[in-house]
Amino acid sequence: MTVNKLSLMVGGEAGAGISRSGFLFAKACLRGGLYVFGANDYQSLIRGGHNFYTVTVCDQKVYCQADKVELLVALDKQTILLHKDELVSGAGVIYDQDQITVTKEELGRDDINQYHVPLRKIVKELDGPSIMENTVALGAANALLDYDPEILNQVLRDTFKPKVAELNIEAAKQGYSYAKENYRNDFEYKLKKTGSEGKNRIFVAGNEAIALGALNAGCKFYAAYPMTPATSILHFLAPLDREYKMLVIQTESEIAAINMVAGASYAGARAMTATSGGGFCLMTEALGMIGMSETSPVIVLVQRPGPSTGLPTYTGQGDLRFAIHASQGEFPRVVIAPGNVEECFYNTVEAFNLAEKFQIPAIVISDKYLAESNGTTEPFDQNKTRIDRGQLVTENKYTGKEDYMRHKFTENGISARALPGTTGAIVRTNADEHNELGYTTEDPVLSTKMADKRFKKLDALTRELEGYETVKFYGPKEATATVIGWGSTKGPILEAMNVLSKQGVKVNYLQILYLCPFPVSKVRDILQLAKKTIVVENNKTSQLSSIIQEQLLTSVDFKILKYDGRPFNPEALARSIQEVL
Amino acid sequence: MVGLDDLKTPKTNTWCPGCGNFGILMAFKKALIELGLKREDSVLVSGIGCHGKMVNYVNINGFHGIHGRALPLAQGIKLANPNLTVVGFAGDADQYNEGWGHFAHAVRLNIDMTLIVHDNMVLGLTTGQATSTSQQGFKSKSTPFGVIPPMLNPLAHALVSNGTFVARGFSGDMLHLKSLIVQAIQHRGFAFIDVFQPCVSFNYLNTYDWFRQRVYKLEEENHDVTDQKKALEKALEWGDRLPIGVFYNKERPTYHDNLEHLKGENLTKFPSKNVDIKSTMKEMT
Repeated sequence: MTVNKLSLMVGGEAGAGISRSGFLFAKACLRGGLYVFGANDYQSLIRGGHNFYTVTVCDQKVYCQADKVELLVALDKQTILLHKDELVSGAGVIYDQDQITVTKEELGRDDINQYHVPLRKIVKELDGPSIMENTVALGAANALLDYDPEILNQVLRDTFKPKVAELNIEAAKQGYSYAKENYRNDFEYKLKKTGSEGKNRIFVAGNEAIALGALNAGCKFYAAYPMTPATSILHFLAPLDREYKMLVIQTESEIAAINMVAGASYAGARAMTATSGGGFCLMTEALGMIGMSETSPVIVLVQRPGPSTGLPTYTGQGDLRFAIHASQGEFPRVVIAPGNVEECFYNTVEAFNLAEKFQIPAIVISDKYLAESNGTTEPFDQNKTRIDRGQLVTENKYTGKEDYMRHKFTENGISARALPGTTGAIVRTNADEHNELGYTTEDPVLSTKMADKRFKKLDALTRELEGYETVKFYGPKEATATVIGWGSTKGPILEAMNVLSKQGVKVNYLQILYLCPFPVSKVRDILQLAKKTIVVENNKTSQLSSIIQEQLLTSVDFKILKYDGRPFNPEALARSIQEVL
Repeated sequence: MVGLDDLKTPKTNTWCPGCGNFGILMAFKKALIELGLKREDSVLVSGIGCHGKMVNYVNINGFHGIHGRALPLAQGIKLANPNLTVVGFAGDADQYNEGWGHFAHAVRLNIDMTLIVHDNMVLGLTTGQATSTSQQGFKSKSTPFGVIPPMLNPLAHALVSNGTFVARGFSGDMLHLKSLIVQAIQHRGFAFIDVFQPCVSFNYLNTYDWFRQRVYKLEEENHDVTDQKKALEKALEWGDRLPIGVFYNKERPTYHDNLEHLKGENLTKFPSKNVDIKSTMKEMT
């Protein structure tokens, strides 16, 4: 018997409530005090096709999805055919044999337990909508796993309106009873709720964590145009605008969104927008304007595989160079890549502070896998965050002897901000090269001085970041190899390290969170001790390797690259690491 | 009280002698003075083109943005701090070519601000190419055999999209234009003024004389500014007679009026400490 180590997959056509039911099951596990990772795989369509949601459960911290599945809830035949090879020996498949026939040849293996549950019949008898079949299946899953069904009932009550909730609870009950009666103690994987210590934990997706970070940081202005996989930030913030007294607006385009947040930021509001690569392309001209005018919005770039529309609902890390270099000309910026939901939260707060303190655009770069997968975490600790709005003329009146100069030359390049509306201060800025007052200039000496001023801020920023956790280091100091990654590869790398350490292979892991400005000395210090270096990335050309080469004049030894739109799986990654070693 | 001297800037004006922009500049300054607006509470936003230099010539808050994007930039400023008076300036290519999408939506959104388009029916700063308001057949460097499609009609577009203040001025009649700008700023909602602005260097067709022979004032013809259909009829008028003045002026709730929760809120107020997010996190347990 295996207790509290399970990967459950729900699969079926789009529109069958796949991600919803996976999410509900995950929540039920969370509330039982277990750690859960939920990953949603879906296609760019509304009905039909094939979607699946995997719930990876463990009584210890779980960083990503598992390679193998122990229990498959199949709401259509395709789900079984597509995922049969991911099933462990002794895995269970819950499906409705009144609707789906799978022949022995089709399944091609005889070590799988097939659990027929008459999903359609039960829903019909309850006079419920057919989408409720997935709830019946969840009830059956609870029975096989011997997991307290009352926890799911409470999740259903918290999710649906009372009438719908009761109907779903009845559906789950029927599924539970059917499986209990027919397959008593048949299945060797079990789930048990733990003590109450996990009661406060939250189940949160990367995008939600970024949105929470923005709320925590006092973001009062969010403008965006829908684009997968960034849209859920808009969905998360829109219903909260009243509670947080903020403005959330869906604009006519990404160009409008970024210009709006630039305007809001100039006016003095903390402002953010989010998009994916295609939308970020449209934003690049205004990104340069933000650099030039020294305004400070936060831009979230949630990557998906390109080029162009690429794989719109899948994951990739092909936009790192793009984020670092986007827009014409040269100007300082900060590019931060969180690797899990906790970092999504804390790094977003940092992004707001750095943007305003150094009056630069701050880009938080993430990807579909991180953005739309849910992790389990303790509630974010607000005491660990602070608000730093940088140098501001905070009085309602500017009393300087000389005229207020928005772009005044200073030691560190940072000019104190006055906000429009401050008595005695005229706040003028300009996308054209300008003088200290913000008036257009074409003077060569002044132009040079202004460019130097902007880049003095980069020096100041680089100094400031020395005190930040710009890189993280995991694993033993002495190791056969050092794995280097950024962003969402963190979960699979940490899990792969566990797999390897069980096999007696010692590797450690350098995670780079701040990609621009690049934490040269911290990375150098770690790599100097590395015996071999392996870069792991979800892209074709290993952009991080080239950045390391450029910044440290060092080549990495090996690259493990995956660019099929899917995240790394830990065991497969562990095998790849062993292969290169 | 603000006077012309207060609005002066140290920048040398670089528009061509006789440029239609001078009339707009003076009309705007005089409107600010007439309205008694404080310099610190007014923001001038501009796009790219000859008009964009307005930021250099009026000593109030200003943001010289990028081509075609004055509108969303100005909207962001106004939405963040509704206490500011925000006036966006754009050129015809700037707004009606590059930034047309923003124009269509600004009319719908009805954010309380003003947009003044310097419409000289040609691209000036890039030395003479056609724009979407160049007349059919207009010969320019980019259209040596004449503009093929008919001209775009921004006033009619604004009207059919439920614009609330739609006007046209002529920079050769500065005082009339000033009165339009005053009304536009006073209007609660998105106020739009298209301004006939002769380009003395690159538009040989639509000259001061050409306009003077054709323009007439709607207010002298008892035009009903609350009649949308009549306004549209006037907006479609193009030929020997060209109407200027207020075509339409009828308020409807602004974008802000629909945001009950932001009444009296200034989004630029500094959060001195973290915003409490515990209740939202609680929902995620």
